[in-house]
Amino acid sequence: MNFKLKDLGPQLITVIAVVLIFGFFTYNAQINMENRGIDFGYGFLSQESSFDVQFSLIEYDGSHSYFRAYLVGLLNTILVSVIGIIIATILGVIVGIARLSPNYLINKFAAYYVEFFRNIPLLLQIFFWYFAALRALPLPQDAEAIFGVFFLTIKGLYVPAFIWENFNIFFYSIVASIIAIIVIRFQAKKLQETQGKQIPVFLISIGLIFILPLLSFLVGGVSLSFEIPQLKQLAATSFVYDGGLSLPPELIALTLSLSLYTATFIAECVRAGIQGVGKGQKEAAASIGLTPNQVLKLVIMPQALRIIIPPTTNQYLNLTKNSSLAAAIAYPDLVLVFAGTALMQTGKAIEIVSITMFTYLSLSISISILMNWYNKRIAIQEK
Amino acid sequence: MNKINFLKPDKSNLNTFLYIGSFLFFISVLDVFLNSFFRLNLIGFLPNFLSFMMPLIIGFLGLYFIRIEYSGIKYLDLINKHINTNNFNAILSLLIIFVVIKSIPPILSWFVIDASFAGDSKDVCSGTGACWTYIKVWMRRFMYGMYPNAEQWRINLSFIALALLGSVGYFATDRFKKYLTLYYVIIYPFIAFLFIFFFISGGPVFFDFSYGIIAAILSIIVGFFIPTKFKFYYFLIVPFALYILLKYFFFFEEYIELGKLEGLNWVETGAWGGLSLTFIISFFCLIFCFPIGMAFALGRRSSFPLIRYISIGFIEFWRGVPLITVLFMSAVMFPMFLPADFFIDKLVRCIIAISLFEAAYVAEVIRGGLQALPRGQYEAAKSLGMGYWKMHIFVILPQALKLVIPGIANTFLALVKDTPLIFVVGLLEIVGMLNLAKTNPEWLGFAMEGYVFAAIIFWIICYAMSKYSYNLELKYKTDR
Repeated sequence: MNFKLKDLGPQLITVIAVVLIFGFFTYNAQINMENRGIDFGYGFLSQESSFDVQFSLIEYDGSHSYFRAYLVGLLNTILVSVIGIIIATILGVIVGIARLSPNYLINKFAAYYVEFFRNIPLLLQIFFWYFAALRALPLPQDAEAIFGVFFLTIKGLYVPAFIWENFNIFFYSIVASIIAIIVIRFQAKKLQETQGKQIPVFLISIGLIFILPLLSFLVGGVSLSFEIPQLKQLAATSFVYDGGLSLPPELIALTLSLSLYTATFIAECVRAGIQGVGKGQKEAAASIGLTPNQVLKLVIMPQALRIIIPPTTNQYLNLTKNSSLAAAIAYPDLVLVFAGTALMQTGKAIEIVSITMFTYLSLSISISILMNWYNKRIAIQEK
Repeated sequence: MNKINFLKPDKSNLNTFLYIGSFLFFISVLDVFLNSFFRLNLIGFLPNFLSFMMPLIIGFLGLYFIRIEYSGIKYLDLINKHINTNNFNAILSLLIIFVVIKSIPPILSWFVIDASFAGDSKDVCSGTGACWTYIKVWMRRFMYGMYPNAEQWRINLSFIALALLGSVGYFATDRFKKYLTLYYVIIYPFIAFLFIFFFISGGPVFFDFSYGIIAAILSIIVGFFIPTKFKFYYFLIVPFALYILLKYFFFFEEYIELGKLEGLNWVETGAWGGLSLTFIISFFCLIFCFPIGMAFALGRRSSFPLIRYISIGFIEFWRGVPLITVLFMSAVMFPMFLPADFFIDKLVRCIIAISLFEAAYVAEVIRGGLQALPRGQYEAAKSLGMGYWKMHIFVILPQALKLVIPGIANTFLALVKDTPLIFVVGLLEIVGMLNLAKTNPEWLGFAMEGYVFAAIIFWIICYAMSKYSYNLELKYKTDR
């Protein structure tokens, strides 16, 4: 290492500047907190929170601690992000492929969809769905059943709840079928590589994943019944649905707008990825006698995925971060529950904002690590 | 006449298939059309489900019959090639045609036919259509926020003046073209800042500025005598030092008569709002985030490890957190980090927060451009004896920035679309004003109109920006 004294100057200046800025901030923060009589510490996390959250995945009420409230917010954020990512991916892939369709109408339709939804601020879309579109839904007593079991009302979507008996046997049967499918795929690949025989893996997989759980119903004593939501009168004009699962309108508006918005970006990534695969690849694959489906599955997709995944990861990250807009429509996510209500109650601005930011940072980093791992796995193995 | 095989349309019976097919297709479209525009149901006598599916089935049969390859008829071949390649595509095309026909009447009637435009009270809005009267009445609030009505000419005048000053680039002759970068990077933002500060904000705020102007003039005059070698560091340090010196040690407010000038009515930033605030915030963040982002992009590629790690830390931190928490930080946490008597305006804090946030994204985009340049460019510049700054300013950055125009445009678009988030700190730009107007007891129930209105405005802005960036990309495209 050739160490140069000349190089030290700029670095030293930068470091000193950074240290000075941080020092200035911490010094002021200390003085300010002393003046206002606030003490710094994370002890408040175990105190009783004494506020309620209207929608939570885990058991929670006012008697639980602030840490529990934090968990409630975090789980709600993750819930919205996961649902949003799934819907956005499905929609984005469909629209991205539709944009490459030879069909003029489909092509234009997809293009207009992308141009329309991505040029409108996400917050505006969330407000639109929540305050304008979902408010136009009927009241619970006027709602008509969709397929007889779903109820879409102004108070949210009510879906039947599953009531399982011997759920674990059913669960094991699914796990067993997944393991069986993996083993069969592995064997099929080996068979093809050594003997050139092909077995219909796809059909077998579909059969397995239906038949094994079905067997668990017939033999294992698993049974499933539905609890259909029932209209219940609370007062003269107040109705609610009882039983079943209820999804609050905030959740619906948020997932809808997040996935519609992010899908446009994913669609563009998918389109760019498929267009990025050379035409020669397609023609070469066709010329050695592969069917169009095989061309897509064995030649185009593996190459396109390499182009698609890195920008799509970014979109997943954006979706996760954008889910914090939930605070605007009072969906109890991390920002609203923790950086909103808890901060107002405790007044511990520095601690709470730093925890919130740190949480988002670690969510982002974990998604990007996961996707980097996947990206590395499918990347070209260069020798 | 040959026996016609209806399962296999072919060219030998072209006319028969063409007539039957187009007739069926026409019938199906006509049915949907009449149904949606005139509420007639041609096949209402059929059972409910069948009547619902009938147009699709008839249309599908029609399209199936006219799917004849190389028919020799130009338009038929075009149709077959574009919307009717196979059964699946035919069904999708039909569905899209039907959806479009179905959705035109309700949209048209909501937007125009049943909508109310006249009047200035809620009473005129009784129909089922949109109530554009609501937008008309609240227009000033949506555009200017709580800015006093009598003073709104100041905003208009500033924006018009800035737009004119901004369009100088188009009219500049070749002689002045080389100064345009300097003009747009330094002089124009400064003028814009003066306009916002003096004109839109108003009030006797001359003090700070007089110091600033004196410091700038003095340092420029002295700057002529500084050797070229130190000029960069000189202009980095001296003007600010001079400003602080003047402000806190030399002059006192009594000495300057300028400060006693009676200004325009002061309008506090809390009253600013509406679309004009969206423009102001986007404009300043755009100006600030670019140089900051460029600095960090260079920092991330620096050969000094400490500078590199600090840049990486900065960029990854801002990219990892949502903007809403950054704004939260600027609202509740940032005041704690400043001396007790030191107050920074809410709007300024907001602009700083958004600029830093977007700067991280700009930095990553520019880094992409820097990485895409071949090593030869760096080596060629170095072999000419250029130093770090000269190399980057004259060789590397012009090429790298050209490469990343689309990326930067996307970041700026994201910035404009992120401005509504400032509701977190209590500033109300157009979306915030809509939410406020929506809760006004006299005007309840018009949320839809408001959001549609704002969506149209944002859509036009963003679409224009993306088209402009596309043109820019074409203009600066050079083959290498």
